[in-house]
Amino acid sequence: MDVSLSEFGAIAIMQGFNGLSVFCVLLLMALGLAIIFGQMGVINMAHGEFLTVGAYTTYVISSLTLQYFPAMQPYYFFFAIIAAFVIAGALGWLVESLMISKLYHRPLDTLLATWGLSLVMQQAFRSIFGAREVGAEMPAWIMGSWAPSEAIDIPRNGLFVMGLTLLCTVTIFLMLYRSRWGLQVRATMQNRVMSRAVGINTKKVDRMTFALGCGVAGVAGAAFTTIGSTGPTAGSLYIVDTFLTVVFGGAASLVGTIASAFSIAQAQSLMEFFLSGSMAKVLTLSAVILILMVRPQGLFSSKVRK
Amino acid sequence: MFQITNLVSGYGQSQILHELNLDVAKKEIVAVMGRNGMGKTTLFKSLMGVLPQWGGQISVDGQDVSAMETHERVERGIAYVPQGRMIFSHMTVLENIQTGLPASARGKVPDDLYALFPVLQEMRNRKGGNLSGGQQQQLAIARALATNPKVLLLDEPTEGIQPSIIKDLAHKLKEIRNLRDLTIVVSEQVLSFTMEIADRFLVIEKGKFVVEESRDKVDETMISRYLSV
Repeated sequence: MDVSLSEFGAIAIMQGFNGLSVFCVLLLMALGLAIIFGQMGVINMAHGEFLTVGAYTTYVISSLTLQYFPAMQPYYFFFAIIAAFVIAGALGWLVESLMISKLYHRPLDTLLATWGLSLVMQQAFRSIFGAREVGAEMPAWIMGSWAPSEAIDIPRNGLFVMGLTLLCTVTIFLMLYRSRWGLQVRATMQNRVMSRAVGINTKKVDRMTFALGCGVAGVAGAAFTTIGSTGPTAGSLYIVDTFLTVVFGGAASLVGTIASAFSIAQAQSLMEFFLSGSMAKVLTLSAVILILMVRPQGLFSSKVRK
Repeated sequence: MFQITNLVSGYGQSQILHELNLDVAKKEIVAVMGRNGMGKTTLFKSLMGVLPQWGGQISVDGQDVSAMETHERVERGIAYVPQGRMIFSHMTVLENIQTGLPASARGKVPDDLYALFPVLQEMRNRKGGNLSGGQQQQLAIARALATNPKVLLLDEPTEGIQPSIIKDLAHKLKEIRNLRDLTIVVSEQVLSFTMEIADRFLVIEKGKFVVEESRDKVDETMISRYLSV
């Protein structure tokens, strides 16, 4: 292969940007998963399916708009994002109250139960929408690309997804560090029994947190439709990377989650271009495992006296 | 004011508390004395609803709280400063106090709380885990007071605290009692501390109250005999 230095630079920038889109979806997923795990100690194996719910919601709204209000087509995407959040969140609320809250103090059973739920949900998608992948009709303004120089092409949908992710991340941070709910979440994360003893209704906080985490996964699903097509197993393809992101970043550290989502997405995207996709995955996984052997607590963890 | 009737509790199959009865008047400070393993912490945990209550009744101001969850008991006016303080070490001092505040306070710490513990106002932006033991104890008490309690339960508040600060703590608790008309139940092994503050003394042994004396009749040597190993 004969590449000049400037071409190499252009490839690196475009692949890097491609990695940023993956990073965005990964980050939205991981934030939800990390908050739920930190708050309730529940590992939600069905988290990927909430992404799929968000993606199908976007698809359904796009088809409905095309059929009934074609004039609204350029703007439907904003409604789709909100609907994806609400529907995935409401579903999360239901799952928490019907299933997870009944399995308190049984973390292994929750793991199995949510895994079962993910299979049920995948089959439900297959029965309702069919096994074939579907794509939402994107509004024209989101398509196309922005070319800052001749060799570099940056897709506009990627920019949009980044903006959306930034907005979600900032909102989550503000909620966690400025709102009463956030205060209660952080207290419960540290000491559940003591939180109840200062008057926090931890069950209510749990339900709210689970719903919110699932809602954010729904938004990730809406974002996902701009960069890929949706199938019944779209979410489950992301779940392993998401777990990896949370563990690598250090549980209960949101900054760590961001840093690890970034490095995992970038490493994979860059290596994918020069090696094969599965080789890129192998190398990323090995690197993460090696780093975790040296730093089992993850990338970031805050230090205080106990 | 604060009534415990035939309280029974324990862990798993083993019963720890045997039909305890106690009636604490408003503004009264009651000390529950006893050696390690005699049921002090178990008593406090079951009063808070942290441990399941097997039988009996707990009531605050005539209202039965026995069937309530922990956070509902807090709403009804019971506050808890646990053994080992259990502050939220990764959160700031201010945030620690805010966890106890009711929603109506909108996160604003009442001035009288800071007036009681000026050191907490000074250190409000520090992480709770970086305070000294005595400061953490003040923080745990402030957090409990933020819930606006009628009854304050303190489980071994002097554990791991310097003797000079123990004296301050005793003054502080009496001051709080007078300011807020608070009822206080405190468990202790340190007799000198409770001699300073308590109006009534109970000795717990193997999950039963075996001695009950009011302040004017208390026999110090007799109680200390129960405390020595």
